[in-house]
Amino acid sequence: MLEIKNLHARIAEDDTEILRGLDLAVKPGEVAAIMGPNGSGKSTLAYILAGKQDYEITKGSIIYNGQNLLEMDTHERAAAGLFLAFQYPLEIPGVPTMTFLRTAINSQRKQRGEDELMTPDFLRFVKEKAAALKIDMAMLKRPLNVGFSGGEKKRAEILQMALLEPKLCVLDETDSGLDIDALKVVSEGVNALRSPDRSVIVITHYQRLLDYIVPDSVHVLSKGRIIKSGDKSLALELENKGYTDIIEDAA
Amino acid sequence: MNIQTTRPRTEAETGFLALFDRLDLPGDNKVKTARSEAIAALAIHGLPTRRVEAWHYTDLRTMMHKALEPASRPDKAQAEIAIGNRNWLDDFFMLPIVNGHYIPELVDEIPEELIISALCDGESAFIDGSLDADNAINILNTAFATDGLSMIVDEDCSPDLTIGIAHVYSEDQPAMTATRNNIVVCDGASARFSERFVGPDNIEYHSNAVTNLWLGLNSKARWVICQEEGDQATHLGQLNVTLGEGAELDIYVINTGSKLVRCEINVIVAGEGSHLNIRGVNLVGDKSHVDVTTVLKHNVANTTSSQIFRNVSTEQGTGVFQGQIQVAQIAQKTDAAMACNTLLLSDECSFSAKPELEIFADDVLCAHGATIADLDENHLFYLMARGIPERDARNLLVKAFLEEVLEDLDDEALSDILIHRIDRWLDARQ
Repeated sequence: MLEIKNLHARIAEDDTEILRGLDLAVKPGEVAAIMGPNGSGKSTLAYILAGKQDYEITKGSIIYNGQNLLEMDTHERAAAGLFLAFQYPLEIPGVPTMTFLRTAINSQRKQRGEDELMTPDFLRFVKEKAAALKIDMAMLKRPLNVGFSGGEKKRAEILQMALLEPKLCVLDETDSGLDIDALKVVSEGVNALRSPDRSVIVITHYQRLLDYIVPDSVHVLSKGRIIKSGDKSLALELENKGYTDIIEDAA
Repeated sequence: MNIQTTRPRTEAETGFLALFDRLDLPGDNKVKTARSEAIAALAIHGLPTRRVEAWHYTDLRTMMHKALEPASRPDKAQAEIAIGNRNWLDDFFMLPIVNGHYIPELVDEIPEELIISALCDGESAFIDGSLDADNAINILNTAFATDGLSMIVDEDCSPDLTIGIAHVYSEDQPAMTATRNNIVVCDGASARFSERFVGPDNIEYHSNAVTNLWLGLNSKARWVICQEEGDQATHLGQLNVTLGEGAELDIYVINTGSKLVRCEINVIVAGEGSHLNIRGVNLVGDKSHVDVTTVLKHNVANTTSSQIFRNVSTEQGTGVFQGQIQVAQIAQKTDAAMACNTLLLSDECSFSAKPELEIFADDVLCAHGATIADLDENHLFYLMARGIPERDARNLLVKAFLEEVLEDLDDEALSDILIHRIDRWLDARQ
């Protein structure tokens, strides 16, 4: 599904190096958790996967389903099945959520050479997925994310994910700012999407999210590299020992 | 020591003076006198330059190259063809003005609550307005107006009736049109007007339109200006409004056409308890120059006004917004707000915004704000990360930015039309 090799990247604006030789492989159906302290490069990795322009790749490669991901535009990556759930979903005034959802779905279908979804089918589809995530349809009539609470924004991200049916989901600190109830709803939404041909990368600070979304593998990111990989027990070990010990052990 | 030197006249200025001598324009003696005074004012002031404060960003003297012959009055069949393929709303009561001439032959039965006459048929009352150096639009219009509408809307007028004024230019050569409408909305009346300007591309015609609108006691009106003249046209428009006590007026203006636009909205808030809303969209592309200038005079106490303009400038377009709010000393409790937000989408375009407040009362709320920005890169990234190609994502954001000003328009059919104009303009950009 995804193979990252020796990835080096820096912030284009000021040349600060963030990723320093990152290696990561994610198999189809695998849920991989990436954990690490602040500033280790977790969000940078998420943005680079999605195609944000603010970073410059100086070395290494990312192969996604046999394609060179770094040569694809942001929208092409999305149409090819890559989905980033934002840590801070953006509020976009004036763009009604439903218009946005329909445009996104149909843009992707068009790029894949599929027929566009007609309005009645689209509405049925949205209603069904929204109900599962306990999202009120009235909320979707509002401009995209505008005035949504933190929890509503995260649920709206998962709704987008459910509607776009990606192959590789990247969840960037989806647990931040969520209370326990919202965390459960969001996790159930993600778990419902687990399937043998869909992979998930869960980026998080805390082990708590991994109680709900149980990972197949856990990777510790520090100073732009994966310094330790293991199964779900590694997350518990991190919770008990803290990052400092693990990082020192690995060094 | 100051030595006043007269500047040599431009081709346009000389042309206007010569044209006036040659033409025999309609009107009784009073009108003829007014016309002579106007042309005398033009002879003295010339067309305004940057040195005239109100025209600082639009040097009309440099930009208006020629004086054009008045366009000819079409016969009924020609007018019918000119109007025919212009899809406007079906349920409008339509008043066609073709090439600067009102065509009553094409008007359906006039509703009882309206009294309408062609300007030239009526009394001479149509000439007013200042002839000062900064009022070039009125000077030219007074001198050269060929026709227009006199309309009285009585108190029985239903708000369901929309009165459409369709200005159509149909000549295949450059010519000038100058029209003048005088409209009175009587005490307690409600009226909705939609004014639209259309014409062919690739013809450098001039269109000058002045409307004087009076709103009586507790009357309500909506005035929509949809300026979509041909891409080489010069459009000089002026809407002069006097608001009576308790009157409410909503103005929507959208500029999508013309090479050169000066759109003036002058409102005298003359009656207590009156309210004015202005919402505007200006689309500035190619090499066009679009100037919207508003002057609001709050002359009495307890009045409110709100203005929001959203502008997009791209390619080599230059846009201008000047918004002046004057609050007289006795106009206590005035609440006036003005916002002008602009997106600059290319390296070669520009936009100048000049809010101006002159406040002589001490207990008022006056707010103004102007922003100029590019699209938010993070917003773009978010949309693209969902699979929306960059161009579509940009258009989605630009549309969202513009259409917010139409949100208050509780008329879906009209709103759809205006949105369609915005879409069409955006689609025409690369």
